[in-house]
Amino acid sequence: MSTRIYKGHPGPGIKVTGEALVASDNFSARYDLDLVKGIVSRPAHKLAGQSYVGKILILNIAKGGVASAWMLRDMVQSGRTPKALILNFANPIMAQGAAFADLPLIDRFEVDITEAIKSGEMVTVDPAAGTLTVGGVMSASHGQASD
Amino acid sequence: MKLDEHQKAMLAGAEGPARKYAMEQILKVGRFFDAEDCVPISQVHLMADPEALGPSGVDFLESLAKMPLAERRVRVPAITDPRGVDFNAYKRLGQTETMANLERRATAAFEALGFMMTNTCINYQSVIPPVLGEHIAFGDTGSSIYANSVLGARTNFEGGPSALAAALTGYTPRYGYHLDSYRRGKTHFEVTARPRDLAEWGALGGLVGRAMRSYWEVPVLSGIEGPVTSDEIKQFGAALASFGSTPLFHMIGITPEAPDLKAVFDGPIPAATTLGRAEIDRLMDSYRPKDDKLDVVVFAAPQLSLFEMQTLAQHLDGRRIHKDVALLATTSPDIKAAADRMGLTASIEGAGGMVLSGVCFYQMYARDIGEANGWKRLMSNSAKLVNILGGYGYEPILDSMSACVESAVAGRIVGASS
Repeated sequence: MSTRIYKGHPGPGIKVTGEALVASDNFSARYDLDLVKGIVSRPAHKLAGQSYVGKILILNIAKGGVASAWMLRDMVQSGRTPKALILNFANPIMAQGAAFADLPLIDRFEVDITEAIKSGEMVTVDPAAGTLTVGGVMSASHGQASD
Repeated sequence: MKLDEHQKAMLAGAEGPARKYAMEQILKVGRFFDAEDCVPISQVHLMADPEALGPSGVDFLESLAKMPLAERRVRVPAITDPRGVDFNAYKRLGQTETMANLERRATAAFEALGFMMTNTCINYQSVIPPVLGEHIAFGDTGSSIYANSVLGARTNFEGGPSALAAALTGYTPRYGYHLDSYRRGKTHFEVTARPRDLAEWGALGGLVGRAMRSYWEVPVLSGIEGPVTSDEIKQFGAALASFGSTPLFHMIGITPEAPDLKAVFDGPIPAATTLGRAEIDRLMDSYRPKDDKLDVVVFAAPQLSLFEMQTLAQHLDGRRIHKDVALLATTSPDIKAAADRMGLTASIEGAGGMVLSGVCFYQMYARDIGEANGWKRLMSNSAKLVNILGGYGYEPILDSMSACVESAVAGRIVGASS
């Protein structure tokens, strides 16, 4: 299986590997998630009812309110958190929240990242390099990614 | 990112761990957005309700609040967004002691840091409105979009951790809406039907917000004849920022950076998307329920201005809200005090409503209080509120203040558009 690498803008957080959970919908922690159950709770969201815990959550753009800036850290500390957040376009709230939480975050890819990656694919997120690597995770030059 | 000597010293910890944290946060966010340096800001508005903070956020604030006075005090005037608990009402609303204790701890920590507990999202109406060109760090999407668009001040959305960093240092990273180039119009809408009430102004904002593809897209609206009132443009902006993720709009002939289309666009003026009666109606209709059951009516998001409080009091004066329906109105502590003094609160509460102070409905554990009170079907004239509450287990309905009040009195959904 060939390796695909997508380049975005570097962001906060450490390198992680996990299973992708992807939708073309947008993202707000306060408006879209049930933080206690760890599921997407907005009925109209394509991922409604699905658990994001431990996933590489890949969505379109950051929407909505400022609460996510606090909530991402609480999510990380509670353990009910995605491993990384990948967006076509973050906004300052997501960047501020990811920085505060040390949650891996990358955005601004050369392609629509929600089209490029399918749910269920194994993805390595390297925020310092700003890259997503799909497939060939075990044989990648960095070896198995840490998480 | 370039830092001056003072900023470097704070980053190195020379002024204590609180300001070190603040500079690290500034640097991380600044690098993410390729900021060249920091910009001094004149005031900070911080969003940090206890539901958003969570226990870990409150622990973090308390860790800062324990530091020596010189190390922990904010460096510019810093004020707060609505809190999560109104201590005069929380028991009646079914909020728990756990929520109240978290609120008490957060408030004590903010006071120790030197925050002024204004507890309002309408600070641009009720505290100190910033002025054209003033660099600020505002932390509520509604207050940010109003300050940027209507007043011409300059802010990004500053979420709590970054607004706190701005307060502790007096700086924020210079990126996005602090820069001239980011404030130029990107997308053009021609409005062909003037909204008829605040709910429709919110619906129009929602339509524009839904069309926004990122934080960086600046919508420009033409076709709206002035004047527009502060409450109208507040509802419009709050909904735009809630449905989208956009902190700046231009309204031709109305907002200060948009005297005409040529002034706001670089290059040729883009073709306009038309927004008219059909689009507004369609958005309102998308919240129309199948039957007329009603549990609660909420006026909030943003908190009510003094004028809105007066209008609500006039609607409710001498009326009686149905025993099976609750009616809540949220406002700032300062407006609440004025409303008390002017008899507006008495008119609203005399009809059976509740006026809540220093809170806003969606920032006060809305999911939990809905479950505690059996509230599912919720009616409001705030497009922002109905947008948010769809994710909180409610079935929200958007209609005018008048229709909301008539429905609260009737005990079922009524009104011109029901």
